[in-house]
Amino acid sequence: MVSIDIETEDGQREILRRMLTIRAFDTKAGELFADGELPGFVHLYIGEEAVGVGAISALEEQDYITSTHRGHGHCISKGLDTYQMMAELYGKRDGYCNGKGGSMHIADVDAGMLGANGIVGAGPPLATGAALTADYKGEDKVALAFFGDGAVAQGQVHEGINLAATWDLPAIFVVENNHFGEATPMEQQHNVEHLSATAEAYDIPGFTVDGMDVTAVYEAVKEARERASSGEGPTFIEADTYRYEGHFEGDHQPYRTEEDIELWKDRDAIETFKNRLVEAGAITQEEFEEMRDEIEAEIDDAAERAKEADYPDPSEAYEDMFNATVPEINDFAARMRADGGER
Amino acid sequence: MSTDTASGGGFSDTETMTVREAIRQALREELERDEDVFVMGEDVGRFGGVLGVTGDLVEQFGEERVRDTPISEAGFTGASVGAAATGTRPVVEIMFSDFIGVCSEQILNQMAKNRYMFGGKTEMPVTIRTTEGGGMGAASQHSGTIHTWFAHLPGIMAVAPGTAHAAKGLTKAAIRSNDPVIVFENKQIYEQEGEVPVSEDYTIPLGTASVEREGDDVTVVATQRMVGESLGLADELEGETSVEVIDLQSLYPMDTDTLLKSVEKTGRLVVADESPLSYGTHAEVVARVQEEGFFSLDAPIQRVGVADTHIPFSPVLEEEILPHAEDVRAAIDRVV
Repeated sequence: MVSIDIETEDGQREILRRMLTIRAFDTKAGELFADGELPGFVHLYIGEEAVGVGAISALEEQDYITSTHRGHGHCISKGLDTYQMMAELYGKRDGYCNGKGGSMHIADVDAGMLGANGIVGAGPPLATGAALTADYKGEDKVALAFFGDGAVAQGQVHEGINLAATWDLPAIFVVENNHFGEATPMEQQHNVEHLSATAEAYDIPGFTVDGMDVTAVYEAVKEARERASSGEGPTFIEADTYRYEGHFEGDHQPYRTEEDIELWKDRDAIETFKNRLVEAGAITQEEFEEMRDEIEAEIDDAAERAKEADYPDPSEAYEDMFNATVPEINDFAARMRADGGER
Repeated sequence: MSTDTASGGGFSDTETMTVREAIRQALREELERDEDVFVMGEDVGRFGGVLGVTGDLVEQFGEERVRDTPISEAGFTGASVGAAATGTRPVVEIMFSDFIGVCSEQILNQMAKNRYMFGGKTEMPVTIRTTEGGGMGAASQHSGTIHTWFAHLPGIMAVAPGTAHAAKGLTKAAIRSNDPVIVFENKQIYEQEGEVPVSEDYTIPLGTASVEREGDDVTVVATQRMVGESLGLADELEGETSVEVIDLQSLYPMDTDTLLKSVEKTGRLVVADESPLSYGTHAEVVARVQEEGFFSLDAPIQRVGVADTHIPFSPVLEEEILPHAEDVRAAIDRVV
């Protein structure tokens, strides 16, 4: 069982649709940021679509994922709504976090999306915990952590994986090796050629797959899910991929050349998969272009609506701290106000 | 807010037990009550916890529910966040609070922030139990009293029992809370005995202080070990100075009303807490009392704590550093 069956034409089209949606969403987000429309930072997933979509399509609906600061692609892969995501990027009340999270913290626990995360390497221990819940309650759920090549240098990543490995938890650890930890090349941060080699230390299966090939990622995660689900513990997968854009929007990228990027664009995951489907007769070039245009129009519409949506009421800044009532927050807020009263 | 917790808030059946036993009873009752509750930490299972708090719980509940972890606070504290977000209620033991240094990321940026950052849509029913305090010759890295850091951190609730009944009631309330709560246990009082309500329904609401002894001349707001020391002192001063002793119990949220009510009666306040004095727990009590109770005060407020040092090893040096009843007495003498 998987959430999207890559063997069927419907499944293949859905995978293509999700990759195109990520590309369109992040292209739009980049434009809006450049235009000064969006506050904060945005980190784009363009180029890495095959990893998120390939991995999550091979999971089941009820499975959990944890994400990174570059999380839009994971959200879309998990089926999150692009309007609510866009609203969150704008800081609007309709956003997934009511405007409190922004681009770096989109979460939807009901959908199994345990949050994009601003801390490099924070996801693996969280996924270990979600896998622990599944194991503890005897539920058929697995937890997949996405993290970057930079995060593999973080101690908590190793602690999280070691714990999951020691307890044979249903977890999958997916490193998106996009070749840069922020602005520093992967080779300058790690002494191993393939990050999957680190799996040996936990005595769990570890391998490297072509992260530009959605089918390869899908197959690897499908196998890892079967292993996790049957009590054989976690798998460590390195997906070799590339980000076409900077670490954040506005990054002037002195660490690479346009030629480097072009080499990877020649192997573009969407183009490759589309060509494969065209050859197999699963979709025509015209249908593909229609699909892309339709998605771009949807994203434009989502952005337009998000722009027009309401901001939260300023008083909502004092909500959601705790489940329980804590008198301090309102008391202090009232005291801080010039008139000392309710807003 | 109820302050009638000294006698257990109406729970009349009590037993004499130590603080250690009271915490273990709290854990046992909550493990029995709710299948979603489990305990994890280093050596909490067969070893019974390095300070003996978890004791024989593993025999009753098994290794799934009282689980030993690798020595990796970042790993299992982070896992507790993911577990709490997905429907379990982890109780994490961090052996010595000094070790929170290696997992503060998981508390600071994940546990404390997820609920707010995700728009209130994530529950975070996680309890951390950890030990604080000097007096055991354990030196600087095993003796710190760090609760101010976490009481100061938005999104975390922090409690610190000073008696056996508080230890049970607060631990149970922490486990039942859908918010992250850190229970700061002073390891020097584990052997201290007291009357503890045996009812499984007994909890102490988070955010309530307890008037442990009534008095008229001066209020001593104390935490942890300083509660017992202050109660002993109040006995000694009987007939000379009438001392009201309050166990603060809940560092955040804090029961300001009970503090104000007491100071209104006594007009004098001493705050005794075993943490470093600068920017400390004491300062928070002082700030709240002066903001709303300034005109009740007949004398400057006094603080008793650690003079911004770490805790040294040598018994002579350690004794010098740690606050004791005589320091509270000196503070009372300055204002009465």
